[in-house]
Amino acid sequence: MSKLLEVKDLQISFNTYGGEVQAVRGVSFDLNKGETLAIVGESGSGKSVTTSAIMGLLPKSNTQIKNGEILYKGKDILKFSEKEMQKIRGKEISMVFQDPMSSLNPTMKVGNQIAEGLIKHRGLSKAEAKEKAIELLRKVGIPKPELRVKQYPHQFSGGMRQRVVIAIALACNPEIIIADEPTTALDVTIQAQILELMKEMQKDTGCSIIFITHDLGVVANVADRVAVMYAGKIVEVGTVDDIFYNPKHPYTWGLLGSMPTLDDNESEELYTIPGTPPDLTNPPKGDAFAPRNKYALEIDTMYEPPMFKVSDTHYAATWLLHENAPKVELPDAIKKRIDSFLTKQQGGNKQ
Amino acid sequence: MKTEEKILEVKNLKKYFPAGRGKVVKAVDDISFDIYKGETFGLVGESGSGKSTAGRTIIRLYDATDGEVLFKGKNVHAKLSKSEQLKFNRQMQMIFQDPSSSLNPRMTVMDIIAEGLDVHHLVKNEKERKKRVEELLEAVGLNKEHASRFPHEFSGGQRQRIGIARALAVEPELIICDEPISALDVSIQAQVVNLLKRLQKERGLTYLFIAHDLSMVKYISDRIGVMHLGHMVELADSDELYKNPIHPYTKSLLSAVPLPDPNYERNRIRQVYDPSQLDTSEQPQFREIRPRHWVRCTTKEFEKYKRELEGK
Repeated sequence: MSKLLEVKDLQISFNTYGGEVQAVRGVSFDLNKGETLAIVGESGSGKSVTTSAIMGLLPKSNTQIKNGEILYKGKDILKFSEKEMQKIRGKEISMVFQDPMSSLNPTMKVGNQIAEGLIKHRGLSKAEAKEKAIELLRKVGIPKPELRVKQYPHQFSGGMRQRVVIAIALACNPEIIIADEPTTALDVTIQAQILELMKEMQKDTGCSIIFITHDLGVVANVADRVAVMYAGKIVEVGTVDDIFYNPKHPYTWGLLGSMPTLDDNESEELYTIPGTPPDLTNPPKGDAFAPRNKYALEIDTMYEPPMFKVSDTHYAATWLLHENAPKVELPDAIKKRIDSFLTKQQGGNKQ
Repeated sequence: MKTEEKILEVKNLKKYFPAGRGKVVKAVDDISFDIYKGETFGLVGESGSGKSTAGRTIIRLYDATDGEVLFKGKNVHAKLSKSEQLKFNRQMQMIFQDPSSSLNPRMTVMDIIAEGLDVHHLVKNEKERKKRVEELLEAVGLNKEHASRFPHEFSGGQRQRIGIARALAVEPELIICDEPISALDVSIQAQVVNLLKRLQKERGLTYLFIAHDLSMVKYISDRIGVMHLGHMVELADSDELYKNPIHPYTKSLLSAVPLPDPNYERNRIRQVYDPSQLDTSEQPQFREIRPRHWVRCTTKEFEKYKRELEGK
């Protein structure tokens, strides 16, 4: 698999009245061709800031990109001028936003919004672009596209609007689609439809997707690989099976444990992470997760853990993986759950 | 803690909103259910299903268009005297979805929590008031130093805890939780749910838990009602509902929930709800298909569903 996008040691800060907020503190990851990478984390973990940087959408006035590079097909797009960026944005890398209510222009017909990119990037004529817009609407599953293309966003329901946003993102056959919480504002049944649509589109076009979400159920559904972010860093990265069936970082344990499954026993308390995420104007010394981590070691308060290799695909940043660290077993509640998943799977295979 | 004593009976509750030009929106259209003392009753549905309107109507934030709400056998939607109204307000409290807009930004946490104590004259002097508030803060996992602060100084999860402390202050018997966790981060959600469960055990509270997150509702509720377009389509014990969903809408809703299990997700088959498949020969009614398991259906469907259940 070839690397389409490489993010290397990205560090981004914002200047605010309260001081400098270190939103992203050294993030590195790769995106391969045709895969879906999910970035999971709580609000404030820096997942949206990272992807905004890839799109070149961060406000110039108060943002400092302190370090790092973002290589798209070998070229560092952080060094691109605004003009060069415009050639990539929407054409090579496009984006699906969280809220379909506010990411469409309410005063423009849906068809024109889709055609905009086609005319600009692909040099189509107005008539050609309109035809293509109808085709795209049909592709994303909107009934009667010939009529719908002339309508305004308010005439669409939430799920339909998100389909339009996806049609816009797909218009120029981009290499990468960044989906920033595309289903968070939608109902579960609509969410399921949109996820199916995105997977289908990926199969058709072979594009790569960066999928940002905090919903682990959605991650399990769409992702090939998963990066877990906490306090501006990636704390664990691996294939979807690595993360869900063999998690190594205590934060990932907490995330998995705090979500009930449908066959959980109600009498058990949910496994939770105590406390709240740290203030990134003044990030704690050492491992940012240490104050909330009951498995924290003394070294966690002094030095940040490097990425330890678990397998070729699986890395985690916790001192627990150091050879001198005490052996810590997976918490019982989570072990039991993973076991139940795996036995169910075997049972399913037998049938 | 579950008992057979009915604390709340909702009978044929309707809430219509005028939508202009003589149209009406039937947000809640004839729903009936009971809540037993000490249980958690979950109300799920998608946006627009009327679940929040139902909760708000029950607590009299809206006036019902029709129907009755009996709290401990007494109709609380009838014309009440001031003192009766006050008494009812004390017995039923609410926790809201958005913790940042449901707390007055210009009041300190102390005043927010103590407002109910003042209204109902539950404390005699300033010292007692302070002590009560501090107790409540501790009960919800905050410290007493927080009492002098303003809501903006807290995170979302902490604000939700303040909302819970406010609801607890007047020692209610029933708390309506309207999507209390959907605005919170995953790890914070679990904290709040654990807190609600602990408080229920300690104080013998009854919850009406309104949410759209089905896995969380399943986890916290003893019984669940599924709402769709203003109707209650199915009602059962939570295990029963998840094991034997009957109504096609419930089935489609359950099959759409993504779980944190990649293997399950790879093989998940989603069922699509198609209202045109329903029997329209007569007005559907809410019928008991098995003890404690109710479904909205016509007579024909009733027979069909029954056979389906027996076949299992």
